[in-house]
Amino acid sequence: MRSETGFDPALYDRFPTARRPDGEVDELNEIWKAPTGWARLTAVNNNYVGFWYVVTAFGFFLAAGVLALGMRVQLAAPMQDFLGYETYNQFFTMHGTVMMFLFAVPMVEAIGIMLLPQMLAARDLPFPRLSAYAFWAYFVGGTMFFLSLFVGLAPDGGWFMYPPLTSIAFSPGINTDFWLLGIGFIEISAIAGAIEIIVGVMRTRAPGMTLDKMPMFAWAMLVFAVMIVVAFPSVILCTMLLEIERAFNWPFFDATRGGDPMLWQHLFWFFGHPEVYIIFIPAAGLMSMMVAAAAKTKLVGYRLNVLALVATGFISFGVWAHHMFTTDMPRVSAGYFSAASMAVSLPAGIQVFCWIATLASGRIKWTTPALFVVGSVLIFTVGGLTGVMVAMVPFDWQAHDTYFIVAHLHYVLMGGMVFPMFAAFYHWHGMTSSKALSERMGKWVFWLMFAGLHITFFPMHLTGLMGMPRRVYTYLPGRELDLLNLVSTVGAFVMATGVLVFLVDCARNFRFTVHDDAGNLYGGGTLEWLPTGLYSTRSIPLISSREPLWDRPEISREVEEGRYFLPNSATGFRETLITSPIRAEPQYVQLMPGPSPWPLSAAVFTAGFFLSATVQGYAFAVFCGIIAVVSTLRWLWDTDRPIKQQSADIGGGIEVPIAITGPKSHGWWALNVLMVVIGMIAFMAIFAYLYLYGINPEIWSAPPPIRQTALIVGMEAAALLSAWGGRRVLASKEGRLAEDLPWMLEATAAALLAGALYLDVTGWLDTGITPTMNGMAATVFMLLVLQGQVVIVAVIMAAYLAFREARGIMTTPTNVTMDIVARFIGFCALQGMVFTILPRVFPGG
Amino acid sequence: MELIVIDALWGWPPPVLDPAGPFSAKVTVLAWSLFALGILVTGVVIVALWVAIKGPGRWKAKLGGERAIWIGGIAFPGVVLTVLLVWGLTLTASLTEPIRGDEMRIRVTGEMWWFRVQYLDADGRVTMEDANEIHIPVGQPVVLELESADVIHSFWVPHLSGKKDMIPGRRTLLRIEADRAGEFGGVCAEYCGGQHALMGFVAVAHQPDKWREWMANRRRGLARMDSLQASAPGGAMALPGDGAAYPTELEIRERYDARAGYRLFMDSGCAACHRIAGSEANGLAGPDLTHVGSRRTLGAGILPNNRGTMIGWIGDSQSIKPGNRMPSYDVLSAQELGHIAAFLEAQK
Repeated sequence: MRSETGFDPALYDRFPTARRPDGEVDELNEIWKAPTGWARLTAVNNNYVGFWYVVTAFGFFLAAGVLALGMRVQLAAPMQDFLGYETYNQFFTMHGTVMMFLFAVPMVEAIGIMLLPQMLAARDLPFPRLSAYAFWAYFVGGTMFFLSLFVGLAPDGGWFMYPPLTSIAFSPGINTDFWLLGIGFIEISAIAGAIEIIVGVMRTRAPGMTLDKMPMFAWAMLVFAVMIVVAFPSVILCTMLLEIERAFNWPFFDATRGGDPMLWQHLFWFFGHPEVYIIFIPAAGLMSMMVAAAAKTKLVGYRLNVLALVATGFISFGVWAHHMFTTDMPRVSAGYFSAASMAVSLPAGIQVFCWIATLASGRIKWTTPALFVVGSVLIFTVGGLTGVMVAMVPFDWQAHDTYFIVAHLHYVLMGGMVFPMFAAFYHWHGMTSSKALSERMGKWVFWLMFAGLHITFFPMHLTGLMGMPRRVYTYLPGRELDLLNLVSTVGAFVMATGVLVFLVDCARNFRFTVHDDAGNLYGGGTLEWLPTGLYSTRSIPLISSREPLWDRPEISREVEEGRYFLPNSATGFRETLITSPIRAEPQYVQLMPGPSPWPLSAAVFTAGFFLSATVQGYAFAVFCGIIAVVSTLRWLWDTDRPIKQQSADIGGGIEVPIAITGPKSHGWWALNVLMVVIGMIAFMAIFAYLYLYGINPEIWSAPPPIRQTALIVGMEAAALLSAWGGRRVLASKEGRLAEDLPWMLEATAAALLAGALYLDVTGWLDTGITPTMNGMAATVFMLLVLQGQVVIVAVIMAAYLAFREARGIMTTPTNVTMDIVARFIGFCALQGMVFTILPRVFPGG
Repeated sequence: MELIVIDALWGWPPPVLDPAGPFSAKVTVLAWSLFALGILVTGVVIVALWVAIKGPGRWKAKLGGERAIWIGGIAFPGVVLTVLLVWGLTLTASLTEPIRGDEMRIRVTGEMWWFRVQYLDADGRVTMEDANEIHIPVGQPVVLELESADVIHSFWVPHLSGKKDMIPGRRTLLRIEADRAGEFGGVCAEYCGGQHALMGFVAVAHQPDKWREWMANRRRGLARMDSLQASAPGGAMALPGDGAAYPTELEIRERYDARAGYRLFMDSGCAACHRIAGSEANGLAGPDLTHVGSRRTLGAGILPNNRGTMIGWIGDSQSIKPGNRMPSYDVLSAQELGHIAAFLEAQK
């Protein structure tokens, strides 16, 4: 067997090892125990955070569902006055927004945080405090955002928020700002979660779990997280642009001043369509695992399925403009996007047939999750087929923005995400509940929801073809729409009854626990069904197949007896095993942070920052912002703690290092992912600049003189060198105490970047343009705003580094903090150069 | 009065499947084919699921391997999608043939929440302005110049053609053609704020000679203002009595006086937003009322146009279509509203 890291695979033969001494489990329990009482809120264990996360996301599902019921009552008969148009428009906007941003994405992320560590047999995800932050940011921000509905301040521009309807001229109230800031904030939480998941899946798998032995859900979450990292920056940027246009009158989307409303549509749908697959892919991963479990057989076509997931991820970035077929696109573009939109149904077909083939090769047991699984295959097929229909440009011209689309998207999302989610609730609830949910009630839940779905959404295909547009608060009588709409309304209540039965079942039977759970109710074969405690599994098993529990049932007992990796705490701290990305060979022991109030505080004050900014309480916003930053730094403070012990025995006499630095470390990986996020924001901003040039070249004016450009780029290059040099200098001090030079070099780099930015801004102002003048000026200054954001972070980082040096915890020859600071500042310098050079040389004076 | 075939504007059969022009007709064929394909594939999946779950062992064994995925999940959809793609691309191309340039042109501007309609001559000058109604001759392609005065709207007459967005700062072109006479419902299909739901219009296709007649009538209508202005009494008017509880039809007709309505129209501020060609009313914010009496609907396709609805609309448009830009003229008495309605009714 080849090795990826130089680890000798022959060492695997030592497992399972001999019996372990007593007392190790008690120590693990002690180390991993969660705080009690109110301090429970500071817990960071994935068992707690994941559970809170799922419950919160489900709460938003219910809330958005209630909004849908309100809308269906309003539409039950023509020209009704139940909601009124203002409320209805807020309802449909919130229904879409909450379902997409507060339910679907957080829910799959939550399920990931809940299940992944156990599925990979890690003790926890690699950045537990980041998970806690992501959850609390989402919880606080989402709740405040939702509450805007009760004071009539909820957004009413649709979840897609097209300007100019959402520009200040047509939406003067702060409703729209709530959307922009609320969503901007939730995006941060989604990205935090995605970074966590990427690093978790790539680096914390059980030894031996090579990429092609990963559970399908882990594959799905990996694709999901990568897609978030690539897609969400686009929506972050466009929400920023619109908010800046609204608050400061920079005309990005204002056609009268050289902006273009279509820019929003491109940026939004570049996020918005992958978003649909972002939701679907994890659910498909869950489906693959549950189909196998329901049929009691291995998934047929594992590799094809992985390929399908990856292909879906790729293709989904090429389909965004199919939301814009009616905007008079050039024929060639329409053809391309039509082809891509059809192509994306191929991987979906592969997955559907993987599931059917798996069912055929096994023997299904009609449990509740099995019902939901088979039901969702059917529903998803119907939704997928109408999807192919609307990928046909001429048909889309008719169907676009009608109830046909409403029917299509609900079939896709219900079949592709909601039904699999309910299946997953049933399949996996044994992990967190001490009692099992009722099978009898579960079947009621399924049939009510399944029937309700068709009764609600099938007639909408017809109402759409009959000419009923979407997003209407009412319709006129005498158009034969009355009966069909009434049927839809009845169906919605049937579906709601199904959900209600589920809630009753939960109230009666669900009892949260981390110790004495009901266990593997439906006979899954993957690692999450190993016996676990708060510390996850007693020892981290060695994996040699995709369903270890089916292939080697005794593994549960051996794991429990501690006869695999890390049977104890090797350092006395929380820790997990970091393995190599491809073959999952043990690399080092990562020390993990424990409970902390600081992520909670950072999240609350980040929310406070965004919300006070929405209601224009700028002073309070600044106050909250400062506390949020300080809380974040405080939480980070003890995550990079110096430790004497250099290596640890992880079982079987295998010694691996503790807490390494550099390119192999998980922190380095996370930073790289973060740089992709920031880089994508920059890339989309550059797209915006070039796009507006393509639309309105006549408004472009001459750039600042070339000499000044050279000076700025020179300063940025110097910053790059200085940042790199800081790390080198520290490295040369091996074994000795670090001195001031390293942090001073980083600080110099940050200062150079700030200076370069100042020159850049004044240079542009000197050419006589101001950001409010036209689309060109607005996008040029937007690049500088983005640079300003990273420079502020660079300055804070340099100060943080100096502070750590002052407290004498800068270890040599290197440490994770130094790695990250130097690399990030270097990144800022590179981004600064691009932002300086691009608008000055293109299109040139 | 001309005779035209009155189609159901909306309702059954679904307009998308009931084409009245060459553009929609092709899409209707496509739509039926897609539905048939959809039913077929759903059937295949249901049968496959049935076999997988309950089928005889031999069939199950055949379905239970990777070969099934290659056939059902890759080969079959691959072939079908390729066929569909080729069809879709050729159809798209044939439906978006370049504009020749000699077609009749009508400019339609989406405004919150109605459609401004301007008939253009060969040089692009406006020859006649109307609102929420488009009249076209049968059998002749007409190019619509679609614009927006505020936010994004979308123009859609499913009987005639797919939709096309109206985008601020741009002019999109849509070619429509009817191959039979009739009235066809149209709506705004892009969410455009508060009253998006009540933003409709009517497209009327006439036989070519009828269409010319219709256009000539519009032109003639412009002359009538002179007589009205000449005979309008200055100052306060003696209004007919307002006593009888159950007026006869004749009384109703005589009760309201178009000349009184004309004066009230000019004095109550209507003229600030509305234009009536040939009169001093030249407001541009709202729909042009020069031919309002001949329109089929009021309030952008939401009410039939008669004296009762006209009175209701002027007096209380905010209850009918809340948030629209026209204030409710509830300061006017029913009598006064009646006069204005009578006056507007005469604007054919």
